[in-house]
Amino acid sequence: MQKNLPGLAILLLFLFTIPSIAVEAGKDFSVPPPPFTEGIFPCSSCHASMGTNRKKRELKDEHAEIRMHHAETMRWCLDCHDAKNRDKLRLYNGELINFTESHRLCGECHGNIYKDWRAGIHGKRTGYFMGPGKRTYLLCAHCHDPHEPKFKRMIPEPPPFRPTDRRNAK
Amino acid sequence: MPNKNYTRREFIRNLSVTTLAGLALPLLSSCSREEVEDFLQKHYLEMNEDEKKQVIAKMERRYFEQYGRKFQISTKEALPETLWGYGLELSRCIGCRRCVYACVQENNQSRYARQLHWIRVLRLKRGNLINLEDSEHYYAPETVPEKGFVYLPVQCQQCQNPPCVKVCPIHATWQEPDGIVVVDYNWCIGCRYCIAACPYKGRVFNWSEPHLPKDEVNPNVHYLGNRPRMKCAVEKCTYCIQRVREGRYPACVEACPTGARKFGNLLDPKSEIRYIIERKRVFRLKEDLNTEPKFYYFFES
Repeated sequence: MQKNLPGLAILLLFLFTIPSIAVEAGKDFSVPPPPFTEGIFPCSSCHASMGTNRKKRELKDEHAEIRMHHAETMRWCLDCHDAKNRDKLRLYNGELINFTESHRLCGECHGNIYKDWRAGIHGKRTGYFMGPGKRTYLLCAHCHDPHEPKFKRMIPEPPPFRPTDRRNAK
Repeated sequence: MPNKNYTRREFIRNLSVTTLAGLALPLLSSCSREEVEDFLQKHYLEMNEDEKKQVIAKMERRYFEQYGRKFQISTKEALPETLWGYGLELSRCIGCRRCVYACVQENNQSRYARQLHWIRVLRLKRGNLINLEDSEHYYAPETVPEKGFVYLPVQCQQCQNPPCVKVCPIHATWQEPDGIVVVDYNWCIGCRYCIAACPYKGRVFNWSEPHLPKDEVNPNVHYLGNRPRMKCAVEKCTYCIQRVREGRYPACVEACPTGARKFGNLLDPKSEIRYIIERKRVFRLKEDLNTEPKFYYFFES
């Protein structure tokens, strides 16, 4: 295990610093790396030496900033995060997936939206929509905080000047 | 004495030709050669490749003098088999106006005195969507979205049957083969008939020389799109012609933080816009006017 550690670190670095390619329904598109809080990944760097406590509780020492507003009455961390391998997410059928493929996990409940997202209707694509240019496809987690998916209210840009506004005169 | 009898008709003809030449001489000699060239510049659609190249070289030089940046003026023609269409999901728009300012940045609009925007975000009372007269576009709350309101961004709808093109007395505005309605800013005389004819308020007018800060200029421009305009020219949204003809999303699509804006080729059955038209509840603004807009608003159903 000790011997493999540098190799693992390089692999993870490689996985999360360059935009990875998600393969979905025979279609390749690039997604930017998942929006982790700085220094939080890999999770196993802390969790590997810790026991598993499956009890639902208020988190005080670590992850205290996480507000759970995502069907919180019936959900807990380990419904999505795998208990044994903390660097992975867990689908219903027990399959472990990387954080770069988190859309598969979201799609298990939000099927209709997932269908639209794959077609490019829900969510956002930037770059080139045709031709050889690069297209970037954002993951669900880039716009929605998975723990608190509702959009935050925003400060709007200023309104246009009225015709009588002094800034509109010479 | 040569015995030549001038008829009255010949006399008048010679006289008028001489007078015209005599009048034109001081008129043209009072302008520089460049000004004469500008005055005689052809309509964009009538220029051949060489003439286009000359005009563009001249413009690039002038823009460099004015803005201190090397401009790339494209004259890329419409791609074959394309007809651009736009989709906007009203249930997702939160009225944050990010699109408005992304458009200003991309398309080199005048920033102040007068400020010109190609996108106008209307705020309507929820349940009152068809009553555009009650809309407000100067709304300025602390945060958006506000309770009880919906937002309806309006820009040029790129009508397939555009009334603005019909009324232009000099054909300075026309529809390109890919459906984009464009303006030749040099040919435009500023009569503003098109502004009066547009039912969507999609066009704006340069009442003065545009105020465009040097450090905010976007030098990647298209001749029919976002090149810096001059006083007395009418301008409008072109779906970011300089981007979409390269296959790139318009600036407003990329700026939208909620992903409400969609874009695609109406002739491609696999495009995003066709998916929307086939599967969502879409409507177009003021369909009863028979303008056939290529701008589809839709709701999450």
